[in-house]
Amino acid sequence: MGVEVSVAGLSKSFGKQQIWQDVTLTLPPGEISVLLGPSGTGKSVFLKSLVGLLKPDAGSIFIKDVNLARCSEHQLYETRKLFGVLFQDGALFGSMNLYDNIAFPLREHTRRSESDIKSIVMEKLDMVGLNGTEKKLPGEISGGMRKRAGLARALVLDPEIILFDEPDSGLDPVRVAYLNQLIVDLNAQTDSTFLIVTHDIGTARTVPDNLGLLFRRELVMFGPREVLLTSEEAVVKQFLNGRREGPIGMSEEKDAAQVAAELAAMVDDGPPAPGTGPKGASGVGVPPQLQPSPGLPERKAAVRRQQRVMQLLHTLPDKAQEAVRRALAEEREQEIGPGMQASDQTVALGTESSAAGGAGL
Amino acid sequence: MASVTLTGGVQQSGRLFALFLDVVRLTFRRPFQFREFIQQAWFIASVTILPTALVAIPFGAVIALQLGTLTRQISAQSFTGAASVLAVIREASPIVCALLIAGAGGSAICADLGSRKIRDEIDAMEVLGISPVQRLVVPRVLACMLVSMALNGLVSVVGVTGGYFFNVVLQHGTPGAYLASFSALAQLPDLYAGELKALIFGLIAAVVASHKGLNAGGGPKGVGDAVNQSVVVTFLLLFFVNFVLTAVYFQVVPPKGS
Repeated sequence: MGVEVSVAGLSKSFGKQQIWQDVTLTLPPGEISVLLGPSGTGKSVFLKSLVGLLKPDAGSIFIKDVNLARCSEHQLYETRKLFGVLFQDGALFGSMNLYDNIAFPLREHTRRSESDIKSIVMEKLDMVGLNGTEKKLPGEISGGMRKRAGLARALVLDPEIILFDEPDSGLDPVRVAYLNQLIVDLNAQTDSTFLIVTHDIGTARTVPDNLGLLFRRELVMFGPREVLLTSEEAVVKQFLNGRREGPIGMSEEKDAAQVAAELAAMVDDGPPAPGTGPKGASGVGVPPQLQPSPGLPERKAAVRRQQRVMQLLHTLPDKAQEAVRRALAEEREQEIGPGMQASDQTVALGTESSAAGGAGL
Repeated sequence: MASVTLTGGVQQSGRLFALFLDVVRLTFRRPFQFREFIQQAWFIASVTILPTALVAIPFGAVIALQLGTLTRQISAQSFTGAASVLAVIREASPIVCALLIAGAGGSAICADLGSRKIRDEIDAMEVLGISPVQRLVVPRVLACMLVSMALNGLVSVVGVTGGYFFNVVLQHGTPGAYLASFSALAQLPDLYAGELKALIFGLIAAVVASHKGLNAGGGPKGVGDAVNQSVVVTFLLLFFVNFVLTAVYFQVVPPKGS
């Protein structure tokens, strides 16, 4: 089972510039979470703080009783072995070919034989669809391939927490769809904790269990996907619908009066019509979540999440409660549905056969 | 451009020294990156040997010309060889070594680490639980020290040969007198001191270059700035350290005949 990451009161600034402050959130073990936010709100800085590459000014990050914000270097290196991180451009070692890149963590941290390493590397390459490219150097392949190779390297030590820094940037929509499916499949197979930082609303709507939004130097909201997808909060709504009208401006945030005027002037014709929003920002309500490919086990985290969400259901806003209940009802229907049909069929068959038998008699 | 403040300067020096301590500590941690050490030593040698030899020839020649004229003016031609060897071994070769190690070796190390830094390779390595200082910096520092010592030997030989050539062939000095006076003033500790200087120069150049490279930021321009700063800072440090070492040397080892 994945590891819980518990962040409390985290603040970070570079000199006088405050990046974000008092960020408190818990990544539930084994669940997929997505962190959204306009460009330049410090999402990548947040990821780097989570793995201890940047020291936060205040606050704590607890992973298995180790506070990454205050631990010794030795503890930090030990805890990092739990992490797999996919950097924006893959961050492959430019002097090594793909095979050596992916084998690198195994050679450094394990005493496996070369033939073992080879089989693991080939398996991971196959998983991300890069067979036959193992002799290529990172400079010789496209950005999307580098990203997938980076993912293969991040997965090679079977990490319990996997962080993705904009997995969709620089990829075409088809590859994003494959990558999203891969993320869900991986989660079903490994039950690791996932955190994805992205701008792609399509991904944010369908992949995660939990959603968060960073804006104006703070975490605006973090919670089960239903809460943010049905939220009436102006920032969340603007971002999830990819609109110009709202508190998020082109360069900085806008002043309150302008926001009020814009929102008043805007004819509220609801969310954008299908296909009109940028970066997958179209559609209404809470779409069904992406499920693991057929043949894979069910996501254990989904079961845990359902219990967790039911427990805090009474604390959620009405619309979110409604969405959770509807999702649950649909799921029950699906579970019971086929069974019902099956029993109907047997009944029908039974009657038929009895009818046939009757006719025979 | 970072603002130049007192605290900024102190912080930079502190971080530089911290990296130096890390390098010392991690040098003794297993596994030692032997392969990387050999590769780096070969790489640094390949970028420095030719320029060093080419710089050493005119350097030896200038010293020979200056001394040749000077000794004739004070009618001490018999000491030309002695003074020339002394100047080359004691000062010229560590200085040439410093210039080349900082200019060619250090800048190459800084550019390499800096470009890895901006491509997130260094971060990726840390996240994989591998210390970039142990994996990348330690082998580079040790390689730089080794090559620096070797270069010092090279400069000494080329410089002395160049001096001989200019004195004997161009200034019509006496070959026998030139060679005979070699050990009149110079002594073996001069050579040891020169090698020690070269060792320390290699250490400083590599640590400064690694520090600047690992802290490069702001895209390709950041790497360029880092390389530039690393060369300037290394020069300043090396010339200053050279002065201190020379001063200490004269206190510790008395000059021959005094």
